[in-house]
Parts: sequence; C-alpha cells; structure tokens
Amino acid sequence: MSKKPTTKKTVARKPAKSKKAGKSWKRTDGRTFDELRTLKIESGVLPNADGSAYIEMGRNKIFCGVFGPREMHPKHQAKPNEAVLRCRYHMAPFSVDPRRSPAPSRRDQEISMVMRSALEPAVFLERYPRASIDVYVEVLEADGGTRCASINAAAVALVDAGIPMRDLVAACAVGKIEDKLIVDLGDYEDKKGQSDMPIAYMPKLNKVTLLQMDGTMSTTEAETAINLAIEGCKKVYEVQRDALKKKYSIDQPPEKPVKEFLPEEPEEEPQSEEGRQ
Amino acid sequence: MSKSNIVSHLKQKKIIEVLSTGKRMDGRGFEDFRELTIKHNVLYKSEGSAEVWLGKTHVMVGVKVGTGTPFEDTPDEGVLMTNAEFTPIANSAWEPGPPNEDSIELARVVDRGLRSAEVLDTNELNIISGKLVHIVFVDLYILNYDGNLIDACSAGAIAALMGAKKPVYKVVDGEAKLTDEKAPLTIRKKPVAVSVLKIGDNFILDPTADEEDVMDTRLTITFDDDGNICTMQKSGSEGLALDEIKKCINMAQEKAPAIRAKAIGD
Repeated sequence: MSKKPTTKKTVARKPAKSKKAGKSWKRTDGRTFDELRTLKIESGVLPNADGSAYIEMGRNKIFCGVFGPREMHPKHQAKPNEAVLRCRYHMAPFSVDPRRSPAPSRRDQEISMVMRSALEPAVFLERYPRASIDVYVEVLEADGGTRCASINAAAVALVDAGIPMRDLVAACAVGKIEDKLIVDLGDYEDKKGQSDMPIAYMPKLNKVTLLQMDGTMSTTEAETAINLAIEGCKKVYEVQRDALKKKYSIDQPPEKPVKEFLPEEPEEEPQSEEGRQ
Repeated sequence: MSKSNIVSHLKQKKIIEVLSTGKRMDGRGFEDFRELTIKHNVLYKSEGSAEVWLGKTHVMVGVKVGTGTPFEDTPDEGVLMTNAEFTPIANSAWEPGPPNEDSIELARVVDRGLRSAEVLDTNELNIISGKLVHIVFVDLYILNYDGNLIDACSAGAIAALMGAKKPVYKVVDGEAKLTDEKAPLTIRKKPVAVSVLKIGDNFILDPTADEEDVMDTRLTITFDDDGNICTMQKSGSEGLALDEIKKCINMAQEKAPAIRAKAIGD
C-alpha cells in the first residue's frame, strides 16, 4: 500500500487537469468510469474441496473452497428444516502491507457474515436439512474489493460443488472519487475515494443480496450508483458463466479429473473389498 | 487428517501390499518424487513469494519484511519468524481455528532449517542497535494437502526468501527513515528438507497423504549446500534402528541437491 499509491498519485494528477474536458476523464489506472478491472475466474482448482474457484480481480488473488452438504459439526448448530450455510472470509498474513496477524479480525467476521447473507438466497438450503455447507475464502493478495471478489468466487465454487442454486450471485462495487461515480474500485480508489458501495446481485431473479455503503452520496447519486453496480454485476456474471462452461461444457472435456482418477480407482476398489471378505 | 478407521485399515493393507511388490499406489518407485514445480515472486504485496506444487500438494509461501524491536539478548540482530497456516480449503478434515500441533511442527521444522543453516545474516537486518530491526516473516500457506508438506514448504521458503527484497532505512541522527530503495536479502545457505517415511520395512520418499496416514514413522533431514545436516525431526510413534537412520540419511542426502536446484530455479 505504501509503495503503489505514491506512484499512482502522480498519474492521478493528469486527469484532474483535464477535468474540464469532461469525457476524457480517466481513472488512476486508465480505466473509464464503468470499466471493470481484468477479471479471471477458474473453477475446480482445489482437488480436496467438493467445489472450488480461483479469482483474479485486478490484483486480488482469492481461492474459495466449498465443502458439503456434509454433516453439521457441532451438531447443535444444525437446523432440522434446512442446511446451514457457513462462510469464512480469511486473509493470508502476506496479503496486505504491513503483514497482518492470521487470527480473524472483526472485519473478517463481518465480511463472513455479509457473504453468507449475500449467497444464502441463491442456494436451495431446504433440500439438505441438518447439513452444513461450508464456504471458505482465502485471500492471498488484497487489492480493494475483496468482499465482492470473494462472493464472485464463492458463487462459482458452490455451483462447482454441485449444490442446487436458484441463480448465480455476482458482486461489484461502485464508489465516488473526485465527485465522479466509478465502478469496481481498486485499492487506491477505495482508500482515497469519497464513498464505496459494494453490491451483490442475482441477475436472473433481479434481486440485490448485498448492499453496503460508506462515505457520502446524494440520494440521486446512490440511485445511479446502484444501477451502475448492477451493470457491473452483469459483466461479472458473464465471466462466472464462462468459468463454469469451460469446466463443464461437452465440447471441451475436462482435462484433469478423468485422466487422473481412472487408473487408480479400478485397481483400488475391487481388491480392497475382497480383502475385507 | 484422520478419516474413518475402516477406510484407513483397508487402505493401509493395500498400501503395504503394493509396497511389497516394490511399487507404490501411484506407480512410483520408493525414491521417486512427484513433479515439483516452483514459481517465484507471484505476489505483488509480499516482499517475496513462491508458489509450490508437489503432485497435488499446493503451497503458497509469502515473505513479509517488517520492523520491530529486537530481543533483549540480541540487540543488534534482526528476527526471522516462520508460521504455517493449515487453511480449511486444503483438506476436508481441517477446520478453521488456531494452529494445531501438526501445523506448529511444520513451521518449526522449516524454521529450524533456516535458522540452523544461518540462511539470513541477522546482523544485516539491524537498523538501530537495541531499538529497531527488520523482522522477516515467512508464512507457509497450505492451499491443498496431499502429503509431504515439510519438503514442499522448506523448498518454497528458500525460493521465496531468495526473491525477497527488504525496504531500506536510512539512519539520520538516531532516527530511522524509510527510503524508496529496496535491497535483496543476503541468502548465505539454501537448506532443503527431505522426509523419509517408514511403512512396514519399506522406506519411501515424498509420501502422499494416504501414505502419511498409514506411516509407522517419519524422519525429516535438512541439508545445506555443503551436504551437512542442519536439522532432523523424527515423528510418528515407532522406533528406528541405527542402520535404519543411516539408510534414511543416505536416501535423503541423495535427493536434496535436485530439490535445491528446483528451489533456486533456472
């Protein structure tokens, strides 16, 4: 953080000068106001998880693993009528500058909670009474907008785990810097901007499942901002779909699972059963 | 790591059965390593980093260089700290929470390797004697677990430290000032750990998670560039005879240079 913003700041001055020109206003990293950072999502990246996804949103690097539906532990947390979705947002000690302690902070716990409520409406929890579905997010590198990136990865990982969903959940932030609304804030914009509003959205059901804001905005600005964020979410949604298509479409058979597991299983299974008899 | 006992028993039987034919479950010979891939400097925000794949074992190592006060008994020496994190995404049986004994053992064995080989020049990390020193954190972050974490992490730690750069401080009138400069850390030795696993009468290298599950005992030996041993750790609740220890050391020593070459890269 200490190094990058200083270099970015000098870049920021240029657009400030040409402010009068209006349309030529560009952001610190050269994006237009509604342009997303480079977004890359890959699903099925963790062999031990039931479902997983890796996302790179700008310089954010995040892994998400989904386990379940599985037996709830501890048992008393289980619900008799539906599954419980448990989310955990966690940052690697080296993901930020300076190093942070690996123990969960209050911020981590809040993000875990809002992630859960952002994802819950999309999952058919009632299909798995007494079970738990665990969504674990590990941030390897943070660059602003980690909660949105985490939700984007988590939604893909849930689908990858084969959990029935009503819709995908796509998330994107809008913010205000130099009195202008911008989409998908980077680290610098997040810290130096006037406000920040992360939004998660289910594109098919047309419902917003996460809405937070800090900073100040007028009511008309807030309205425009929400619309801008939804447009951003729709772009993210396409990338999420592509990530899933890439793994599951028939034209491109998955490279990994089939090849790796075939030679092992027939050898192991029948013989071990014999041994038991 | 513990799965249900039935599976483990069946697996144990099968693994030992296959070993007696001179092969392993995945077709490897006893001394064969899985494919080891190390990518250097993959993160922007860490001062140094390395991503390691050893078969399906996947580890991210991040090095952060911060500052702090030195220990009272070593006022002009910097500090090296190694920490391991077993993330719950790495294995279905791992739960979030404070470090367990396995993750502490991993961090400590890697840490002792780096310390005993005197990888870093701690005096070089001194900024103001008794007041301010660099603290180098090596964080081992396990993303997917399939056995042999110690070997993967020790190679990753060296790879990450080699690419790490520390911020340079200028001391003016007893006050430390941060400059824009960055200087690489001096790496004096490149120790790598090699673990030998004993299952029945067989000794194998680079165990998978299943093999670790049924192991009798494990001996990890860390070698520096000159082939000297700098750390040993025996774990598991079975004894080792003297000639068995010798055998382990020989097996490990043979493998160490190849792993070091991968850690250094190109």
